[in-house]
Amino acid sequence: MRIGIMAIQGDVSEHVDAVERALCERGIGGEVLEIRHEGIVPRCDAVILPGGESTTLGRLIEREGIAGEIQNAAKDGIPVLGTCAGLILVATRGDEQVHKTHQHLLGLMDVKVNRNAFGRQRESFEVDLDLPFLDSPYTAIFIRAPAIMDAGPEVDVLSTINGRIVAARQKNVLALAFHPELTPDLRLHHYFLDMISVT
Amino acid sequence: MELENLRHGTELIKRGFARMQKGGVIMDVTNPEQARIAEEAGAVAVMALQAVPADIRKAGGVARMADPEIVAQIIDTVTIPVMAKARIGHFVEAEILESLGADMVDESEVLTPADEMYHIDKTGFTVPFVCGARNLGEALRRINEGAAMIRTKGEAGTGDVREAVRHMKKIMGEVRELSGKDKEELIKVARDIEAPIELVLESADLQRLPVVNFAAGGVATPADAALMMRLGADGVFVGSGIFKAENPEMMAKAVVEAVNNYDNPEKLAEISRGIGSGMKGMSADTIPPEEALQTRGW
Repeated sequence: MRIGIMAIQGDVSEHVDAVERALCERGIGGEVLEIRHEGIVPRCDAVILPGGESTTLGRLIEREGIAGEIQNAAKDGIPVLGTCAGLILVATRGDEQVHKTHQHLLGLMDVKVNRNAFGRQRESFEVDLDLPFLDSPYTAIFIRAPAIMDAGPEVDVLSTINGRIVAARQKNVLALAFHPELTPDLRLHHYFLDMISVT
Repeated sequence: MELENLRHGTELIKRGFARMQKGGVIMDVTNPEQARIAEEAGAVAVMALQAVPADIRKAGGVARMADPEIVAQIIDTVTIPVMAKARIGHFVEAEILESLGADMVDESEVLTPADEMYHIDKTGFTVPFVCGARNLGEALRRINEGAAMIRTKGEAGTGDVREAVRHMKKIMGEVRELSGKDKEELIKVARDIEAPIELVLESADLQRLPVVNFAAGGVATPADAALMMRLGADGVFVGSGIFKAENPEMMAKAVVEAVNNYDNPEKLAEISRGIGSGMKGMSADTIPPEEALQTRGW
């Protein structure tokens, strides 16, 4: 099993650690590949788009030729996880801020995103979040986080905060507005790895 | 989910913000137009200040926090995070920047220190801080005061990378030396470098600083930025290097691409071609000790 993590910018090593620990807990072999250039995505069984600065990430995946490869992989049913900035990248539509920066969106999930839905860094927060597939709340870290303002009929809404969608899934694409890689709780990484065998 | 259940300004959130900057370039800007150029080039954040360090050196006098009007304009202009510099020990400048909505405060030796004894107690702030350091002891003292991110001091405004190299190698080397030491020896190290033992133990265990560590102070070209990444920096601050270059737009874009391709010499050669000359700069060893910025703070 090969898990590719887009490693252009952001908290890549945290995702690498989390996936390696999750693979180890499952007792299955697996390889974690860092995606910095084209040619790597087609070799992956799942792809993670980590947190970072979405404006920067969007520009660079385009420049490096990775964007089209991820779109093709998603079309083929490869599971894709987008966290925070990654959630923005998987969306089909963005708010005014997203347009203002000519943000490149991959369009993998039929949702409209608000880039900094909860405000600036001083408004960043931790919260105990309920998710339908977990039996106890998950401590979620939101950093200048985006949210989904509007989701199409194909999208399963998994969790909301004050009417703003912060976790959603559309078939093989999972989008989280927060950072599961910043806490030791691996339940969301396990949920994502489960998607590999079922899709 | 109720909004009052949200917990703000925790250490995880402050350090987490810094982690999102990794692999990125943070550029000094003095007005909204420069901020737009930086964002367009792919900077992960901008640092708002009154004048770039090279001009601060030239101008002399007291260097303070940037005009809040300019900081606010920059915040309104770009979607990427906006950081801003406050003087060492000047907690009121930091509070003002926090209230303006700055995403991170740099308690910076580039500005004239406001306190010769104490750095800001950064633990009480919601906004995260970045601080400069020349060695492991200094870095861990800043982290103990609440810094969520460290950067090398280098020698700002020179365009001479040697001091940044010195500080990065020093910090990396001191962390490497921790491995293989037992607890008694680490306690001795903590005493020698005047750092809290808990943070020395944590660094020994992680084999790195407990927070993100960027390079800063003299980075002027794509090759300089790549060099600092090769030495183990998590990312790069570029101060005067962008807007004192012959062509700031091209230099900004090239530095960003260099950080993304730091281990690929062919790509770096391509990135570095035809981008105009870097800032003129000055050799760091020609600066008289009393004019060095890196000795501010302790």
